Amino acid sequence: MRGVLSAAGYVPYRRLDRADIAQFLGKGGGKGSRSVASYDEDTTTMAVEAGRFALRSAHGRQPDQVWFTTAEPAYLEKTNATAIHAALRLDSDVPALDMGGAVRSGIGALRTALAGSGTTLVTAAAWRGGMPAGPDEAGSGDAGSAVLVGEDDGVVAEHLASGSATEEFLDRWRLPADRNSRAWEERFAEPIYAALADEAWNQALKQAELSAEQVDRVGLVGTHARAMKRVGRGLGVAEDALTDDLGAAVGNTGAAHPGLLLASMLEQAEPGQVLALVSLADGADVLLFRTTDEVSDWQPARAVAAQVQAAGQVTYAKFLEWRGEVTPLPPNRPEPGRTSSSVAYRNADWKFGFVGSRDEDSGALHLPPSKVSFATGSTHMEPAPMADVPATVVTFTVDRLAYSPSPPIVFAVVDFDGGGRFPVELTDVEADEVHIGDRVEMTFRRLGTSEGIHNYFWKARPIRAAAD
Amino acid sequence: MGSHGIKDQVAIVGMGCTKFGEHWDKGVDDMLIESTNEAYASAGIDKPDVDAYWLGTAMSGNSGMDLAAPLKLDNKPVTLVQNFCATGSEALRNACYAVASGAYDSAMAVGVEKVKDSGYQGLSGAAKMPTDGTARTLTAAAMFSLVAPAYAKKYGVDEDELRMVLGRISEKNHYNGARNPRAQFRKEMSKEAICAMPEVAGRLGVFDCAGVADGSAAAIVVRAEDAHRYTDKPLYVKALSFVAGTKAGNLDPGYDYTTFPEVVRAAEDAYRQAGVTEPRAEIALAEVHDCFTPTELVLTEDLGFAERGMGWKEVMAGTFDLDGDLPVNPDGGLKSFGHPVGASGLRLVFESWLQLRGEAPPERRIETDRTLGLVHNLGGYPGEMVSFIGIVGSEEG
Repeated sequence: MRGVLSAAGYVPYRRLDRADIAQFLGKGGGKGSRSVASYDEDTTTMAVEAGRFALRSAHGRQPDQVWFTTAEPAYLEKTNATAIHAALRLDSDVPALDMGGAVRSGIGALRTALAGSGTTLVTAAAWRGGMPAGPDEAGSGDAGSAVLVGEDDGVVAEHLASGSATEEFLDRWRLPADRNSRAWEERFAEPIYAALADEAWNQALKQAELSAEQVDRVGLVGTHARAMKRVGRGLGVAEDALTDDLGAAVGNTGAAHPGLLLASMLEQAEPGQVLALVSLADGADVLLFRTTDEVSDWQPARAVAAQVQAAGQVTYAKFLEWRGEVTPLPPNRPEPGRTSSSVAYRNADWKFGFVGSRDEDSGALHLPPSKVSFATGSTHMEPAPMADVPATVVTFTVDRLAYSPSPPIVFAVVDFDGGGRFPVELTDVEADEVHIGDRVEMTFRRLGTSEGIHNYFWKARPIRAAAD
Repeated sequence: MGSHGIKDQVAIVGMGCTKFGEHWDKGVDDMLIESTNEAYASAGIDKPDVDAYWLGTAMSGNSGMDLAAPLKLDNKPVTLVQNFCATGSEALRNACYAVASGAYDSAMAVGVEKVKDSGYQGLSGAAKMPTDGTARTLTAAAMFSLVAPAYAKKYGVDEDELRMVLGRISEKNHYNGARNPRAQFRKEMSKEAICAMPEVAGRLGVFDCAGVADGSAAAIVVRAEDAHRYTDKPLYVKALSFVAGTKAGNLDPGYDYTTFPEVVRAAEDAYRQAGVTEPRAEIALAEVHDCFTPTELVLTEDLGFAERGMGWKEVMAGTFDLDGDLPVNPDGGLKSFGHPVGASGLRLVFESWLQLRGEAPPERRIETDRTLGLVHNLGGYPGEMVSFIGIVGSEEG
């Protein structure tokens, strides 16, 4: 039996209230909110967070390959999945591959993994926006998702069938150097999508020997809102079978959305349910699953619903700043220099995996890793992976002068559960809401970019009440 | 094995110190020439008669030639030393050892920094090794701001009250600096005004921070037995101690940010070398590294001038004022002088040079019959620092 072993979404902490857009610009906006990646997040870091959640709830199953898809890659030419591979501390014989720069690649990678063999971690992420006051800006969201595809023990949703239909037509597009996508008149592609969806849907149902009424839940994703509405009405499923597409609270997260909705559906699923993913993006793709008995024992590391709940606001002005649309005067301090590729390579376990070292005699923890113990002078040191260990704020400060892409820097000295200390920058936090004793967890972030080199490392963020 | 010190083997016989400030019209060479010329004149020694040089600079030079070239030294050995903000004292320490060893009859330690050419606020421009990008990027102000809430919590001091204590430290240093023509800031400030300044990091405001200035200072040392050839009032070197920390404070959950262990260790060593058993009663004046106001508060305890947890009360009682029991930073400190990194360590010594020889101007002269001056210079941050302590005295024995 081949199917889904685990799935997870990562929804960034911040939300932009769409009404803020109209208040600021006098037009645009809408109801509800969209998710907003922090200034220190990109598609790679969000895929890492989703991948961590997915593997944490996979009962120890590890992938033998990791794929990453996004339409907003942090790098071109260079593979982004290798950073995800490093942050997840996967073995060197696990290939890490980027899968295309189109939104469709999200569902495409999932389909390909399901059609293949072995255990594949399919990660995806989106960092989506558009022209200020436009529908793309308000309607899009930022997120990561990860689906662990494999076989046999632990499959929570068996893959039943896949359907696909493709035609060449230009509906939405973006040149590699452009910030925002453009779209043809909406009415043009609507009937094309409707016909393609019909074809793919029937193909999948036929292959699974199911009728539309037998499908319990449908996650409908895509790049064309008008066509999605039409297709949703025409699938022939029960009226309440369409799952919440998270549009009201999160927005459309592009390549990440199939995985996000699959994780969301699995969190609520009972054994024996038929789940469908239907994607409209440069064609139509359908994936059908049936949940197994295992789904009742499956516990998401952090439910999508909980992440949707545990949100903090970001103002539209700050949103524009974080997206690079406005650039306020930075503190008059030197910007950090570029990261050295060779130093980063030598220290990859530390930088990407947050692995310190531990004195085997005294247990004293060293972050960054040290070859000689501060506690005993011993050289018997073992690797100490700390990314998943929670910590407590011992003391903290707010630095209003230091350079930061989004000042001020909130900085804390934290002590890890089970011993060990690390002074670390906090994120997803307001400067005035930190207290001694706060509980924090590590999160993979992009500290900055210099000379075209992204600097990835870990920060700590508050463990929110709704988490876990 | 042991740290024995070189008590009374070496003496300072001449010093020079530029005015510290934003010297838009002076470069590194100009300041080096100014401070060293004053030192030569002060010792009454000709340039060719100084046998060896130690140049301390953290970011304004890369080799001994950065001193040899502007001074046109005639084939003299010049060693460049660097140790964060404790660079100036490091130059002095090594020059003293060179003379004590018998290798040279005389040596000069000179410190310099040109920090106002970067265009940035605060200190910047230290040599940057390529890194993996994981090191923190906080300012020193933020790192030292961690001390205040930790101190308040440990000793049960109300944070607002402690805020005023820190203001009182800054007020005292401004008062002293206002009486020093070489200081960068020469304006008295009330603690209330200091506390009302905008916050820079944590609860530290602009006036809790040392200024940023250019400057240079120099000292000439000779064997103690030769000292009276140059001056009737030499300053004898009683102790030179130095500790480079292991950065354990970043790792050790036992570290609580209310003390600097490297300073405590350096102080033990220095007092032993000098034979000082009761620093509060024996030291005439202390020039300490008040890079930020909480630093000076902790130093009063780490150096043994106040009991643990009592430093804040002594500050408020005026113990460390110009007319107090143990004046701390009578010259105005880093607060008033600013902090040209390589120069500060020698500037700190310069005040003992003036006070212990009765040359400080009347408006800030310390009335005391004690003969020892303590100099403390640190580099780094709470939990990870280098610390120098020197003790000098106007009398042998």
